[in-house]
Amino acid sequence: MSAVTELLQQVVEGLGSGAVYASLALALVLIHRFTGIVNFAQGELAMLSTYVAWQLVASGMPFWLALPVTLAVSFAGGMLVERIVIRPVQGAPELTVVIVTVGLFIFVNALAGLIWSFTVKDFPQPFPDGGIDLAGVRTDWSTLGILGVVAVVMGLLYLLFQHTSVGLTMRAVACNPASARLSGIRVGRVLMLGWGLAATVGAVSGVLVAPVLFLEPNMMGGVLIYAFAAATLGGFDSPVGAVVGGVFVGVAETLTGAYVDVIGADLKVGVPLMIILAVLLVRPQGLFGRAAVERA
Amino acid sequence: MNNVTASLAADRTRQLRAAPTVLLAVAAVAAPFYFAPFQVFQLTMVLLYAVALAGLNLLVGFGGQISLGHGAFFAAGAYSTAVMLDRYDTGHLATLPVAAAGCFLLGLGFGVPALRLRGLYLALVTLSFAVFLPPLLKRLEPVTGGSMGLTVDKMQPPAWSGLAEDQWMYFVVLAVASAALLLARNLLRSRVGRALRAVRDNEGAAEVMGVRLSLHKTLAFAWSAMFAGVAGCLYTWVIGFVSPDSFSFVLSITLLAGLVVGGLASLYGPLLGAAFVMYVPSVSQDLSEAAPGVVFGLLIITVMFVAPTGLAGLPGRVLGAVGRRLPRTTAIPDRTPEAASAPDAEPRPTAAPGFSPTPAPADPAVADAEPVGAPPRTTEKE
Repeated sequence: MSAVTELLQQVVEGLGSGAVYASLALALVLIHRFTGIVNFAQGELAMLSTYVAWQLVASGMPFWLALPVTLAVSFAGGMLVERIVIRPVQGAPELTVVIVTVGLFIFVNALAGLIWSFTVKDFPQPFPDGGIDLAGVRTDWSTLGILGVVAVVMGLLYLLFQHTSVGLTMRAVACNPASARLSGIRVGRVLMLGWGLAATVGAVSGVLVAPVLFLEPNMMGGVLIYAFAAATLGGFDSPVGAVVGGVFVGVAETLTGAYVDVIGADLKVGVPLMIILAVLLVRPQGLFGRAAVERA
Repeated sequence: MNNVTASLAADRTRQLRAAPTVLLAVAAVAAPFYFAPFQVFQLTMVLLYAVALAGLNLLVGFGGQISLGHGAFFAAGAYSTAVMLDRYDTGHLATLPVAAAGCFLLGLGFGVPALRLRGLYLALVTLSFAVFLPPLLKRLEPVTGGSMGLTVDKMQPPAWSGLAEDQWMYFVVLAVASAALLLARNLLRSRVGRALRAVRDNEGAAEVMGVRLSLHKTLAFAWSAMFAGVAGCLYTWVIGFVSPDSFSFVLSITLLAGLVVGGLASLYGPLLGAAFVMYVPSVSQDLSEAAPGVVFGLLIITVMFVAPTGLAGLPGRVLGAVGRRLPRTTAIPDRTPEAASAPDAEPRPTAAPGFSPTPAPADPAVADAEPVGAPPRTTEKE
């Protein structure tokens, strides 16, 4: 295998994990757009959704039926979380909100352990084995599947936001909640909807990554850090940025792990830290984000 | 005339304020002779966590900055101590100042990017640092012993003391913890503390009044990291073993959780929080592996909703609520730690009666409790 093919092979693998990061980063960005909150519990909510999917599949439901059911459950769950946990602290200082989402993180993580125990579970691989060879670069069906699913999710979100009236109200709320309320939009409901959507998108990332990482309550901890890096790189208020950032982080992670000996496989988790630090020091608003202008 | 009553009342207030401290001190000294060795060990751990939480409190409670990575500074302190004992055989006492200074510098290094990172971003960076540290420690195997960790000698009691190992350890940690908590308290009552609170409550206003934001924010991080490092050093002394898995990011999150439950921006909050960090897992672990997390998670959310000042602020809030009920003013529950925090730690004689904008509780017993239910932002009078 020539060096170029090997490089391309690594890039393809990076794209696969990048799509997963992109999906969780998109969930983070959605919530940040609507509420200005960074949800530290996003990964754990995704993990919980994945357990729901696992439970359904384990009880005999075919995977492709279990998936929409899981997404529906996640949507409802996300709305509930907004209503019960987040609404009471809406408008409170950042510190309070961050601490509440950290509390949610701890709670959800332990809850999953309580219900399903901390033993590692095998998650079914929904995509067929094998793959296609293209000029010596092998792309697994699973990688293609992940990319495909994430692309479909992005497409649906785009259609929802740009071409439906619900999407229009949601954009109005994200843009200016006070004006939206004055023009008769039920802001509370839209926020619930936003959290529901974010939980759904997050659930997609959880279900996609579970066959690779194996299912256990701490599965999403690492993925969350990569998603943070992706969202920071793309800009916390840009959905497109989240996707681009996710793919970039995935590829960067794989390439650094493969080619930089000092980093290696075990220190790959340092890559998102470096990316976050570098972005915040050089271009704090991210690649696609708008710089926040503050009136003192 | 009025002045005399005022200063008498202030004296009584001061005595009443000192009473719990004195009781606490007596109990603290008597405890190791009363409890079984394992319980003494647990108390030692509470004191040690209290040091870390006092540092975190400086940063989060008083500085208003969020760190989800203090476990990393704790680990740095613990590892630097272990490495010094293991490789250079320095003796225990020499490790403390090195761990403290090292973590102070590390915190200073982190404080510089922290200047540019507000709230959320700071939380992100510190969290990813905490996640990154354990694999790094595993990688640096020649020095840190890799995933096997390092086993070092625990501190042994000198012959003249006639104490058992657990008792001696307890007293050593008690001494260091008392000094650290006293330092934290005095730091908060100095210019630094006032500047920190001013920055937390309103950056713009603080800057206009001549507080150098960059200096104080960086220093807050450094001091805070130093306390965590000292706690880590004590940890190595007590446990005699460090391994990367003891310092996963769960530790960082647990520390923050403990502080929030104990009480942000309060003097006794770190102690109460440390008791939580120590006992909640060990009590609820019997139920199931997941029980501590469930309890902690629920408690954090509940505390943020109903009692943002934590356990330490609870008596004051209850008394404050009762006090407010009497003159029939509308009591708006403050949901924010910022708004409801800052137990004004300086009950100066001049500030006792007639100063507070709301009807101040004339009863010294009420004044004795942390007056956290008090008006949100009292101006600091010099």
